[in-house]
Amino acid sequence: MRLLTAFAIGLVFGVGIAISGMMNPAKVLNFFDLAGTWDPSLAFVMGGGLLVAIPGYRMVLGGPYPTFEPRFQLPDTRVIDRRLVLGSGVFGIGWGISGFCPGGALPALGTGKPEVFLFVTALIGGLLLARGIQSRGLRTKAST
Amino acid sequence: MVTEFTPWQSLGGGVLIGLAAVLLMALHGRILGATGILGGLMRFNDPADWRLRAALLAGMASGPLVLLGLTGQVPAVDIPISNLAIVLGGVIVGVGVSYGGGCTSGHGICGNARFSRRSMVATASFMVTAFATVYVTRHLIGG
Repeated sequence: MRLLTAFAIGLVFGVGIAISGMMNPAKVLNFFDLAGTWDPSLAFVMGGGLLVAIPGYRMVLGGPYPTFEPRFQLPDTRVIDRRLVLGSGVFGIGWGISGFCPGGALPALGTGKPEVFLFVTALIGGLLLARGIQSRGLRTKAST
Repeated sequence: MVTEFTPWQSLGGGVLIGLAAVLLMALHGRILGATGILGGLMRFNDPADWRLRAALLAGMASGPLVLLGLTGQVPAVDIPISNLAIVLGGVIVGVGVSYGGGCTSGHGICGNARFSRRSMVATASFMVTAFATVYVTRHLIGG
């Protein structure tokens, strides 16, 4: 049952991403191209998402606990540090270069387009690279 | 390449994305972030958790197929850039979201929806650099 609901939720997300235009690099890059072929559509994606998620989260998180779990898993970090700001800034650079973000690319895998697989492979490479650098950093810290 | 302004589709798609985020929190108590889902699939120490993420991913990738069934068309994925740019962008996105702790879905929708200050800062940061990057690639070096 848990896997079935997870699949269904993934499907709602995937259909939403596909309809919204977020899986289409041409549209994403045009959203960022204010000085050129600007297409403001994607502002409506975040607008629509927040329109539902703000009241929805308020209602759900005001309740006792999720259906299948004993508690809500929410990030407990509150700090705004260089890591957050620079990491997100670097993400934006990659998004601006490729037109793909992870949430757009994962549903786009279903189109079977080879470029999407290329992007997701490179994305996994980047995640592993960062993980490698971070674990090396921890080892260095521990040894000093 | 000019793309058509699609406010209603984009709004409707956004509503579904928000709905999926709320449902995942209500049923499974989790943030719906693509970075987190993919990152978790690269760890193998919790089989139940891995299966849940795999089910989410399978559902996401089925989205275009369902639309193909309903409309007879695969949703558009138009790529106006080189394969080199795709690979370069992919690696940079992977590193960035690892350090930034999330992407457009996790910070942009889920985090902002619960008014997390971290997510608001992250969203501002990646939007600014994405606008700047496209300006540079299309108007300064690309032309």
